[in-house]
Amino acid sequence: MTLLEKNMAHELHPETWVDQYADYLFNYAVARVSDSEIAKDLVQETFFAGLNSAKNYKGDAAERTWLIAILKRKVIDHYRKINSKKGKAEVRINYSSDTDSEGDWLEEQVADPFSKDGDNTLENEELGLAIQECISKLPKKQSLVFNMKTIQGMSTEDICNELGINPSNLWVMIHRARTALMGCLNQNWF
Amino acid sequence: MKISCEEASNICTRSQYKEASFWEIQKLRLHIFMCKACAKFTKQNTALTSLCNRAGLNTLSESDKEAMKKDLEKHL
Repeated sequence: MTLLEKNMAHELHPETWVDQYADYLFNYAVARVSDSEIAKDLVQETFFAGLNSAKNYKGDAAERTWLIAILKRKVIDHYRKINSKKGKAEVRINYSSDTDSEGDWLEEQVADPFSKDGDNTLENEELGLAIQECISKLPKKQSLVFNMKTIQGMSTEDICNELGINPSNLWVMIHRARTALMGCLNQNWF
Repeated sequence: MKISCEEASNICTRSQYKEASFWEIQKLRLHIFMCKACAKFTKQNTALTSLCNRAGLNTLSESDKEAMKKDLEKHL
């Protein structure tokens, strides 16, 4: 590590947080609170908390790791809050919170070991974060176009209108983004 | 029917979003049959599509991000 990098490691760059980490943190939060509005608020709160405690940042963890640690606390706080709001500080051990399925056998509630999506959720979340990390390394314009096209599923025409580019520009950017992502994900996921 | 590698990769990327025509895909298939490099590229590109689908990615909209940036700047 050069002296310059050492100095950089101790500094935070809050002005780049939204572009670099918002989607990463958002994915992490959505997987835990499964409500995108709440997840968005948690990300916002994380950034504020990060700013407020910036002077405590020692630089021994990467910026992103540090922000994730704050977000984890925010997720826990969120669950504490909704529990106390309803006056239910104690943990509910009903096997089902859904009144419709009251009386159903416990066996029916257990995850199906042969189900393909059930046991892969953890791996899929990891995959999602890995992709998000790679996307954040792309040039801004490329990541923007890739997000709109791939994640939001917007039509080529809509994206072109919104960004004021023509379709061949769009495909060049998508192409570059995808090629970079393939390289970035290559070691671990292909 | 012959196309360049550049055109092949272009069709390949568009086909990931189902925006390549039937004839384009036939041309791509023929090209892949003869070109190892493009065959590999197509395979990886398709794998990337399925990885993205499997991961169930979420993203904040640009307007949400702009709003966040503004709020953050106030606190800087």
